[in-house]
Amino acid sequence: MALDSGKPKFKYIGTRPNRPDGLDKVTGRARYGADISAPGMLHGAILRSPHAHAKILKIDASKALALKGVKAVVTRADFADGLSGEDWNIQENCMAGEKALYDGHAVAAVAATSALIARDAIKLIDVDYEPLPHVTDVDAAMAEGAPVIRDGAADYSVPEGLHPNVVRYFESGRGDLDEGFAKADLVLKRHYTTEAAHQGYIEPHACLAQLGADGKGELWCCTQGHWYVRQMCAAALGLEVSQLKVTPSEIGGGFGGKTTVFIDPVALALSRKAGGKPVKLVMSRSEVLRATGPTASASMDIKMGMTKDGKITAASGTYRMQGGAFPGAPVDETTVLAFANYNIEHVHHVGYDVMSNRPKQAAYRAPGAPMAAFGTESIIDEMATQLGLDPLEIRLKNAVKEGVRATYGPKFPAVGLIETLEAAQSHDNYAVPLGPNQGRGVASGFWLNWGGDTSASVAISEDGTVAVTVGTPDIGGSRASMALMAAEAFGIPYENVRVHIGDTASLGINEPTHGSRATYASGLAVIQSAKECIQKLSKRAAEAWGIDPDAVIWEDGFARPSGPNAGEFEPMSIAEIAGNMSSSGGPISGHFEASPETYGGSFGTHVVDVEVDPETGRTTVLRYLVVQDAGKAIHPSYVEGQFQGGAAQGIGWALNEEYIYGEDGRLQNPIFLDYRVPVASDLPMIDTVIVEVPNPGHPYGVRGVGETGITPPLPAIANAIAAATGVRFTKLPLTPPRVLAGIKAAKNA
Amino acid sequence: MPEIHLWSGLRHLAGGEEIVAVEGNTIGQMLDALVAKHPRLEPAIKAGVSVAVDGQIKPNNRASKVSEESEIFLLQKLRGG
Amino acid sequence: MSKHHVSATVNGDPVEYLCDPRETLLDCLRDHLGVMGVKEGCGTGDCGACSVTVDGRLVCSCLVLGVEAEGAEIGTVEGMGTEGNLHVLQEKFIEHAALQCGICTPGILVAAEALLKKNPDPSETELRYWLAGNLCRCTGYDKIIRAVMDAAADMREAS
Ligand code: FES
Ligand code: FES
Repeated sequence: MALDSGKPKFKYIGTRPNRPDGLDKVTGRARYGADISAPGMLHGAILRSPHAHAKILKIDASKALALKGVKAVVTRADFADGLSGEDWNIQENCMAGEKALYDGHAVAAVAATSALIARDAIKLIDVDYEPLPHVTDVDAAMAEGAPVIRDGAADYSVPEGLHPNVVRYFESGRGDLDEGFAKADLVLKRHYTTEAAHQGYIEPHACLAQLGADGKGELWCCTQGHWYVRQMCAAALGLEVSQLKVTPSEIGGGFGGKTTVFIDPVALALSRKAGGKPVKLVMSRSEVLRATGPTASASMDIKMGMTKDGKITAASGTYRMQGGAFPGAPVDETTVLAFANYNIEHVHHVGYDVMSNRPKQAAYRAPGAPMAAFGTESIIDEMATQLGLDPLEIRLKNAVKEGVRATYGPKFPAVGLIETLEAAQSHDNYAVPLGPNQGRGVASGFWLNWGGDTSASVAISEDGTVAVTVGTPDIGGSRASMALMAAEAFGIPYENVRVHIGDTASLGINEPTHGSRATYASGLAVIQSAKECIQKLSKRAAEAWGIDPDAVIWEDGFARPSGPNAGEFEPMSIAEIAGNMSSSGGPISGHFEASPETYGGSFGTHVVDVEVDPETGRTTVLRYLVVQDAGKAIHPSYVEGQFQGGAAQGIGWALNEEYIYGEDGRLQNPIFLDYRVPVASDLPMIDTVIVEVPNPGHPYGVRGVGETGITPPLPAIANAIAAATGVRFTKLPLTPPRVLAGIKAAKNA
Repeated sequence: MPEIHLWSGLRHLAGGEEIVAVEGNTIGQMLDALVAKHPRLEPAIKAGVSVAVDGQIKPNNRASKVSEESEIFLLQKLRGG
Repeated sequence: MSKHHVSATVNGDPVEYLCDPRETLLDCLRDHLGVMGVKEGCGTGDCGACSVTVDGRLVCSCLVLGVEAEGAEIGTVEGMGTEGNLHVLQEKFIEHAALQCGICTPGILVAAEALLKKNPDPSETELRYWLAGNLCRCTGYDKIIRAVMDAAADMREAS
């Protein structure tokens, strides 16, 4: 091997072959959640609360049941009793018990012979509500006198004296803030807010469920993680977990929002009540927006100290996060990641998880990180401006690297923040001259990534081709990555590998495709499974040759004697060994079951240029650059795709997207016309640079890349708008009216 | 004895200590010993924590080995999206 | 409510279905005719996942009633190309990795084809505005735009 090649050389990894499921997906043949039917199938519909907060006094379904074609009505009484913790939270969220906790909370459901009859029938259900005072704002929900969502929901961590809506509390940090701030030449304090944003997957939740009186069930659904679905449904309905088989459909986007359940337990309950007939349940878009998880909103106070030359001396942040009517706002991640990009000696975080009358928040791409980044990266930028320093230089000066102690405690292994900053600095986009009303913003972001429970199997077929089964649904091309890694490990063509997503009965448990883990963890599992196969294949060759298995090496799809001492034999191909499999000892397969822990975090830096129309306040994104560390890009096109998609979602969150609640506590924008996600004409091309600082914990150096990309855009856009207008905005989203008002206020001041 | 670093929100549950030395060869044994020493930490540990051993964050692996020299930090329970 | 009998053509084939007057063309295509490449993302005309052509005109099938399709010629992604003979747009989408989850893809392919029929040489801006009614939440549109521009260039060369 050449002296300069510290990195392994690859034959397949890093190439850009067509994805294996491409044909299915461009011809309309791929089957998503709502695309399947069963003989004798019923259709479900869910009745939802029109109140933000109300006692449910009585539910009378007699008129609905009298309608021809109606086969079952379920309420909370049809679910299991005695649940606790997150199992109870999920059950309560899928079907309200004593109280409706938010506008859109499910209170009853119907199964009927057609979707139209089911929809007619839910209108015939009479519900007696006693409306209660409600609260849909995080600061208001913590204030004295705010209506209590659920008494006793707080856990051990909450100090005495806080409102019962504060259900979890975090505090972490190190050093001495006073000492740190005393060393600063400039200390700044700011209040920031971000609004709840929805994951906005284009495919609404959908499932086809069947559950018999014998407690055996089958479920087909669109999900990021079918083992999670199985456990959650089994708990909600009181089933034995193994009696339920869950098969994932193709999935039309998830971004974290499909790591939990909303309708699946309801469909199963309807099926059970309708005598085991299959029930199809599909959400409408407004149901998705009203009743599935957006991410939390945040209200934050950030303080930072800096020396004249840009060294951060101390930082503190207080984060109040609204996770809807249940505990679980991602305040843990927010506080851990808030200042994690930087080497700061004196640092302190306080976090509040706050309940309110909004839907139960769900994970959304790097949950908690974008809000944290909005505070940190905005204040750094404002300080850089005040001190007359370059925003990338200031980040370089403070950036973490291998061996530096993270703000959350441990020392960093090899990470690529500095590399992304340097690549951004030398990119053409950073030197484009700007015109009037234009501004440039930069920001960095980080996501830790994830390993988690992982099972996979790799089986050799009779002709020497390879069947790979993983448990992580393919949302963005991961079948291609798996096939590339298997091809690389075996040294066989990419086309000779077929990747399947196994159902819950065909593998051990798996965590979902979340936490940027699919390519890392399932990929690692595939590589290890392939290695086990290779060992067995080599052994078969050794036995055929009558030599020691250790004297066989595997190269480019062939078993070969390791050297002249091992003996003179013609290399034996995988096809040849596989063809003789049955007569040489039987099936050859490999598998992997573990929770890999060697995931490496991924840092990214974004540079954006905007133009702000001073007449209307409208922001146009002129150019956008994403630089991110992928460790090793398995299929670069899909890595770029993750970067671009994350950036686009972040741009939407920064500029347009928000949950708007009226005085009545009802969601005012539950359709895509009013909950406005970026469209093609809102965006420019999104330039990408893949930085590769290999993850030392992965055989091919892979880092998860899915989530980091949504973290920098919120502050990057705000920083660019500040540069363009001279006005600092600390509240998202930066809609034209808000920006215009800010510009006018600054003029008048 | 390996030492566990607590995040500051936990310290008041551990008599104000920031670093607690406990016996144990695995994360599980250490966490059990930590709770034995400071029973008020039990709900926090039960609610779930992530443990960083020498910079590597181990979300929920009680069987994972630790040694005298390991640098161990408790972190909030982390999840993915 | 009594159902209406509708005769139409889907991707060149004659079809008949019975539909409730409240059902949309999208419902009829999916539930009565099994044309599952047509997707519902919103049901309110805002996402374009249900894009089809009716007598050559690009529409959101969720905004057309099933009964309105009487006598119409309807085109969906299923009619764009065949397995061995894909439409250039379909090929380019795979080649450029212009889809991640793929749920928006059928609608975007139908919409892009309708544009290229009217305007074989659109500018990037024209294309972006034409596709502004087709939401994609995964890709940030970059690779979609590139794939369509590349397909358009190939189609111009071939004609
Ligand atoms: S489903 Fe027709 S436009 Fe969205
Ligand atoms: S590829 Fe997922 S919505 Fe477009």
